Amino acid sequence: MASLSIDKVTKRFGTTEVLSEVSIGIEPGDFLVLVGPSGCGKSTLLNMIAGLTDLSGGEIRLEERRIDGLEPKERNIAMVFQSYALYPAMTVEKNIAFPLRMAGVDKAGQAAKVGEVADLLQIGHLLKRKPAALSGGQRQRVAMGRALVRDPKLFLFDEPLSNLDAKLRVDMRTEIKRLHQRLGTTIVYVTHDQVEAMTMATKIAVMEGGAVQQFGTPAEIYDHPANRFVATFMGSPAMNLLKGTVSGDMIDLGGLHLPVPAAAKGLSEGHKVELGLRPEWFGTEPGPDTVPMKGELDLVEPTGPDLYTVIEAAGQTLTARLPARADIGGPGEIELHVDMLKAVIFDAETGKSMMAQ
Amino acid sequence: MTVDARRRFDFSRVVVYLVLLLAACFFLLPLVAMVFTSLKTMPEITGGAGFEDATILSPPSLLSLEAWGLAWSSACIAVACEGLRSYFWNSILLVIFAVSISVALGAVNGYVLSKWRFRGDNIIFGMLLFGCFIPFQIVLIPMARVLGILDLAGTLGGLVLVHVCYGIPFTTLFFRNFYVTIPDELISAGRMDGAGFWQIFTIILVPISWPIFVVAIIWQFTNVWNDFLFGASFAGPDTRPLMVALNNLVNTSTGTKAYNVDMAGAMIAALPTMLVYIVGGRYFLRGLTSGAVKG
Repeated sequence: MASLSIDKVTKRFGTTEVLSEVSIGIEPGDFLVLVGPSGCGKSTLLNMIAGLTDLSGGEIRLEERRIDGLEPKERNIAMVFQSYALYPAMTVEKNIAFPLRMAGVDKAGQAAKVGEVADLLQIGHLLKRKPAALSGGQRQRVAMGRALVRDPKLFLFDEPLSNLDAKLRVDMRTEIKRLHQRLGTTIVYVTHDQVEAMTMATKIAVMEGGAVQQFGTPAEIYDHPANRFVATFMGSPAMNLLKGTVSGDMIDLGGLHLPVPAAAKGLSEGHKVELGLRPEWFGTEPGPDTVPMKGELDLVEPTGPDLYTVIEAAGQTLTARLPARADIGGPGEIELHVDMLKAVIFDAETGKSMMAQ
Repeated sequence: MTVDARRRFDFSRVVVYLVLLLAACFFLLPLVAMVFTSLKTMPEITGGAGFEDATILSPPSLLSLEAWGLAWSSACIAVACEGLRSYFWNSILLVIFAVSISVALGAVNGYVLSKWRFRGDNIIFGMLLFGCFIPFQIVLIPMARVLGILDLAGTLGGLVLVHVCYGIPFTTLFFRNFYVTIPDELISAGRMDGAGFWQIFTIILVPISWPIFVVAIIWQFTNVWNDFLFGASFAGPDTRPLMVALNNLVNTSTGTKAYNVDMAGAMIAALPTMLVYIVGGRYFLRGLTSGAVKG
């Protein structure tokens, strides 16, 4: 277990800057997820922590020890790769023992440690097989075993679940989270899947365009997105953004008026804004903090537990997530009640949140 | 319908096989002629008394291994009448060193050029590739000068050096193209796990590289074994490879040409390459076409 601090880390390839002054700090035992669309620089950052890519500027410290500039093997960091990168010619046993072998651990020590890890991951029966004879999920476990076996200070995961089918992905997600809770290790995990980020992380860094857009706990990221990108990237279906202008203590959305959220700040009369409303804040029944609004029901997508309804209101399209049993009738006018307590508001021009954090 | 088509007597298929069979016979004719001739006695070959009907393709009337024995141990090559035996071992030694060194260097080159990229690596690779296109004849005189300076002229070591130099571009190309298909993550994983440059190569990569090793070894073996020009140019009297000796054997005959000995000598010279193809041949194609190692 160790704390990790990334301080103004920059990466340039030639003249293109793929990471600009990224700073993130996590505590021992944290599960940090770097999430963002492809090309946002998250994998580059992970490779820099691992020591596989050099820094162009900044510092990385693990437990107060500066590690950028060290060889990967001197950093005491283990990594699980997207393709698992198991050594094809070695059995599972030899794969897992490899880091110990490289560290000069004797045969007996290797066997004991491999047995321990195999028990933990329930892969004891696979030890004599070659990687080619394993399923995707089994390879995943072996890759984790190889990372776990030498008790590193920090674990890195590079999109480890993206090669698995949907069901297995959910299972392994749970398993990795359970493993983290059990071992209490510090983890940095890269993914483009916001659900993985939300479910596993204790800290999330949402990245885009080589910069951290927001860094915080999953709840902070979800409930108080720092900008339009974070708001729409995290959450599915995406947060609705309705264009409007501030008029007194209401927002004029083009005929439809909704109150300015109480925690908003820095707004002036006539300010062009976007009102952010998550699909699940809509309902068909009034509640303590809801305001009514009318719209035209355009389309219904039943998912089983929920109905995703596409609604036209004031010339704008929004998605509302309603309970499957909601009585919404057929296409035509619909009255919704939207919970304004959590509503967020963004500057239409800069995309920045106008909420007091 | 497809089931019917398979069961029905398929005329076009018969034609295909017939044509292939004919082609195979045609291509095998020279080999048959060689084997038959090498097993005949001279009177039978020249159509002497009692063998008036014998042709080059008629089977030997009585199998005689005499010519093989002569070619191996007592045929006259220039002034020495000791057969091909000592030259055969010259070639074996030459091949062992030239092939193993050029393949080993090619493997390391390919590993570096695909997995440890550095500034200008493509230029170096391009220059190496250029070596594949330099005709042998162009380098004969400069090479002779270099061997002279290195005091290796006329030695087996000198000949090994020449073949290693000419082999490296090809072996590098083979290995580089093979290692490009191996995922880089495998190397990264090795580095994370604490393996160094050589450990990653020998422990992780070499065990999965056998298809391309087979290709490179067959390629180099065939080239070095069959080479005549370098052998004739750079070998000394005691270090001549088999191909040069075979040429001398065939051209030294005084009086009647001993065709059976010539053919036996040629067969002896061709056998090792054939053996290598028979043993490694099925891996050769697999190695040439093998892609990424999954897993």
